[in-house]
Amino acid sequence: MRYLLIEDNEALARAVVDRLSLDGHVVDHAEDLATAQDFSATTDYDLILLDIMLPDGDGRSFLARHREAKSRTPVIVLTARSEVSDRVGLLDLGADDYMVKPIDFSELEARCRAVLRRRGGEARNVIAFGDLEYDSLAGTLKINGTEARLRTRELRLFEVFINAPNQLFSKPKLVDRLFSYDEEASENAIEVYVGRLRRCLEGSNVSITTVRGLGYKLEQK
Amino acid sequence: MTAPTTKGSIRQRLLILLLVNAAVVGLLLYLVVQSVARQIAQESQDNILAASAISILDSARVTGGEISIDLPYSALSMLDSVTDERAFYAIRLNDEFLSGYENLPRPGDYVGGNTVFQSAAYLGEDVRIASTRRSFATDQGQAFLEISVAQTLTGMNRTLTRISSISFGVGIGFFVLSALMAMLIARSTTRPLHRLTASVSRRGPSDLSPVAAPVPSEMAPLVSSLNNFMSRLQLSLSRSEDFIAEAAHRVRTPLAIVRTQAEITLRRVEKPENRQAVREMIRAIDESSRTAGQLLDHAMVSFRTDHLSNETVNLDVLAQETVERLQPLSELREVEVKVVRLDPAAIRGDSILLQSALLNLLDNALKYSSRDSSVEVSVEKDDTEIRIEISDTGPGFPDLDSGQLLERFARGANAEGVVGSGLGLTIVDEVVRAHGGTLTLSNKTGGGACVVLSFPLG
Repeated sequence: MRYLLIEDNEALARAVVDRLSLDGHVVDHAEDLATAQDFSATTDYDLILLDIMLPDGDGRSFLARHREAKSRTPVIVLTARSEVSDRVGLLDLGADDYMVKPIDFSELEARCRAVLRRRGGEARNVIAFGDLEYDSLAGTLKINGTEARLRTRELRLFEVFINAPNQLFSKPKLVDRLFSYDEEASENAIEVYVGRLRRCLEGSNVSITTVRGLGYKLEQK
Repeated sequence: MTAPTTKGSIRQRLLILLLVNAAVVGLLLYLVVQSVARQIAQESQDNILAASAISILDSARVTGGEISIDLPYSALSMLDSVTDERAFYAIRLNDEFLSGYENLPRPGDYVGGNTVFQSAAYLGEDVRIASTRRSFATDQGQAFLEISVAQTLTGMNRTLTRISSISFGVGIGFFVLSALMAMLIARSTTRPLHRLTASVSRRGPSDLSPVAAPVPSEMAPLVSSLNNFMSRLQLSLSRSEDFIAEAAHRVRTPLAIVRTQAEITLRRVEKPENRQAVREMIRAIDESSRTAGQLLDHAMVSFRTDHLSNETVNLDVLAQETVERLQPLSELREVEVKVVRLDPAAIRGDSILLQSALLNLLDNALKYSSRDSSVEVSVEKDDTEIRIEISDTGPGFPDLDSGQLLERFARGANAEGVVGSGLGLTIVDEVVRAHGGTLTLSNKTGGGACVVLSFPLG
């Protein structure tokens, strides 16, 4: 997915760009409102992450202009202010959602998906592998054209695999991707989810294979 | 808010002053009318008595050196025929009694004229006496003939009593009329004050704009210092709001950097002990950012409860929105949040605070729920109260009886391993109490915590 990150704190922006790139996203960074306007006018983004306090103005004015321009790109506001003070105003101004810093990236991912699902429509990001078609925006998986029913965590596990087919993932890495840091999760839980996912993929020509002692990978039969 | 100490009331004081004034004027009016009436009555009686005495005197003739008096009938009949007064007379020559009633009191000295009047008691009755004299030349030389005519005062007194009671009525009437006008005056004088009070108390808590409505010139200094005070309050409020926001920004941005970098590092390191260390770092960062966030939220909540806004909040809509807001998080944790009942329920209050309370409670319920369990939310309304109930199937509250859970930084004995600051329930409790409601914590018989917010109606 292509993100526009509007954030004036250099160090934070760099970290967020790096972090999102790890999941295979492309991120443009604008450090002020003027740059952000230029970027959003010339490039089609899947999602805009907007900070509120910016050197050349208030992020809310960007939101207002963005909505006036009838742009369909959803905006998630990243605020560092007290949650109580301005949440209502943000949603009234047309933000699709907001998150309070520091960002929990698994929560950000979940919120992005929810926002994109709510918006529906165009701009599909479909990844095909074997007889699988995965729409990363809507979070839907089709096997031979029929939609498979996956639960949230199974879907996220699948997304990890399909973004890098044939790549080996160790159990600890998968724990990191699947569980937030305040959840107690064991590597056994990964085995459970892999098992469920395998049952889902039974009818297709794609399967998750175990590399003994190392982990799992997604392969075409 | 404490009621101001009051001392007296302008309206009451004004009313009392005006009433005292009316009473004094009324009394004076009564006295003046009475004394003028008395004087006029007295004068007219005196005139009649004098006329009667003079007509007797006029009938005196000196014939052959002797005085003869032919007492005219009309002289006395005009005194006793019309009214039922009794009339007396005495004729004296050179102070010697000639005819009439001998004991009729004698007049005093004649001062400045030949007619004098006096009041006296005679035969057990009050009488008014007019005496007049004239000198005649007789055989014995110059002689003074003196006529005294007296009349009882019964009718006169009756008239005076009537006049007195009429003038008393006039006094009372004047007083009553003045009292009514005093009330009107007192009310119209204090009306600008009431208007000012109404225009100030009608405002919302966040409306600190100056009073613009015209006021009487005497109130201008008060209003201008009120406006001055409000603009200073406005400044200090916006300063503390800015301060909280700035503090949040300052604390959260570095935490966000550290957390993001830690996540990146976790992706890169391989050794299990290093990975464990980074995971613990992230947990610690989450813990501190959550505490910082809730401290700031708590400050904001205390700040806002002092200036509680008073809008209509639809609790059912708010609950629905809050559940939707948490949907991505609950999906992430594989906990289902079910809205089991939503009665339309509106209260007056601050929607941001109420949403903050609901967010805290749902966040707690999500945190303490195990995977594949569910959290139930209901909003119920009956005749007496609105109940918001949030229940989960987690471990429930330990040591419910102690009531310590609502204290700042208190956490349940089973909270280990869950990120939290111990301020969540404190915030909820403060918000609910600011809206006149109560927060009840309980454990369900089948296990799990149950939180009820109840807001009494009316």
